[in-house]
Amino acid sequence: MGAKMVDFGGWDMPVNYGSQIEEHHHVRNNCGMFDVSHMRVVDIKGDGARDFLRFLLANNVDKLASPGKALYSCMLLESGGVIDDLIVYFLNEKWFRIVVNAGTADKDIAWMKQQALKHAPQLDIADHPELAMIAVQGPNARAKVWEALPGSRELTENLAPFNAVEMGTMFIARTGYTGEDGFEIMIPAKSAPFFWATLMEKGVKPIGLGARDTLRLEAGMNLYGQDMDETVNPLESGLAWTVDLKSERDFVGKAALQANPPSRKLVGLVLLDRGILRGHQAVHTAHGDGEITSGSFSPTLEKSIAFARVPKEVQTGDSVQVAVRDKMLAAKVVKYPFVRNGKSLI
Amino acid sequence: MSNPANLKYTASHEWVKSEADGTLSVGITLHAQELLGDMVFVETPVVGRQLKAKEECAVVESVKAAADIYAPVSGVVTAVNSELDSAPEAINSDPYGAWMFKMKPDNPAEVNSLMDARAYQTFVDSESH
Repeated sequence: MGAKMVDFGGWDMPVNYGSQIEEHHHVRNNCGMFDVSHMRVVDIKGDGARDFLRFLLANNVDKLASPGKALYSCMLLESGGVIDDLIVYFLNEKWFRIVVNAGTADKDIAWMKQQALKHAPQLDIADHPELAMIAVQGPNARAKVWEALPGSRELTENLAPFNAVEMGTMFIARTGYTGEDGFEIMIPAKSAPFFWATLMEKGVKPIGLGARDTLRLEAGMNLYGQDMDETVNPLESGLAWTVDLKSERDFVGKAALQANPPSRKLVGLVLLDRGILRGHQAVHTAHGDGEITSGSFSPTLEKSIAFARVPKEVQTGDSVQVAVRDKMLAAKVVKYPFVRNGKSLI
Repeated sequence: MSNPANLKYTASHEWVKSEADGTLSVGITLHAQELLGDMVFVETPVVGRQLKAKEECAVVESVKAAADIYAPVSGVVTAVNSELDSAPEAINSDPYGAWMFKMKPDNPAEVNSLMDARAYQTFVDSESH
């Protein structure tokens, strides 16, 4: 990451359907869809599911009181390091559904089962690889889904953001990873190709992974494996808002977080000179050095933006220098998200 | 689009055009811009810089990554295309029209040792991606 490419031909490209910048604009202005079936659905079922999750997750599932409500949380090691970030949905007291990242799914499930064995052996923890997932995102996303899925409008028109509802064998959540409105729909894999084709027929454009990354970065959303991993804790990763340290409950990693106040934090950067910020580039600040965790070009802002982990004394508005290849380029510290409702916030 | 027959090509995916005044125009090929994706930034060499063949002399940066451009032959940079500052995407939409820089070769015969269109296509086909 961040290395100069010296051979065009020996390079492995991520899939895109054409111009990733055009795809990005299409999601912000209209509606695009992502096949995110690689993400893993895990159901936690049985008596005591809530108690178990109170202990397992850094965010507090007691915030989930009404059926269908969802919560974004990290799952931590005893050390406070981040195992994964995930979304947990409350369906009923005996059923919580969790969606985890693809690359960490096996690790996550093994950890959940290991913890359950010790603390809640009566629970049934099962993943659903037979479920595909399609994310439809953009200002016109919900309307397009209603067109493509008869009956879905009645069921989801009043669904609030960060809530989900079952529809037959499908699970429709008003969530996403782009900063736009829309749905993430879990659907049996057998039915997914037809649903995808129907959405396309209604004018929804397939969007590739390249645009997915520029969209989430503008929206200020973390990417596991880049912005955080097991070697850092959520407080150093811009995720303090997802960690509930106030309530009495104990959870895995709580003690470590309380014992070790963070010395670093995650900030947003916008590049002032010409160039592109990329992961692992060194950041030089008045309070010491840091590193870019995620960087790219923002098609909406037409500037390069990034997240960087820097000493905690660094403030919004500070000027910093970033080592981009062989040059020092000027950047400014900004609050993120960088973009909301298609408009710049910086 | 196939590779224009009146151009020469390098193994690092630059194209070279011999201009009537003896200078060479240099850009990157259709294949190269396809691999790199949407261009967002181009860094051209300074006019007057003396280049050795195969020396890194410019950079194109796409959303995905940065890539070096190499001097096809030895010579001096005589001009750079400043339009690419505000419209780097021209490299994607018109790779053989969007020249990056021009140079005066030290040895005009050196360009003959570069690949022609057919040899370049064979080369591209043989690379595994």
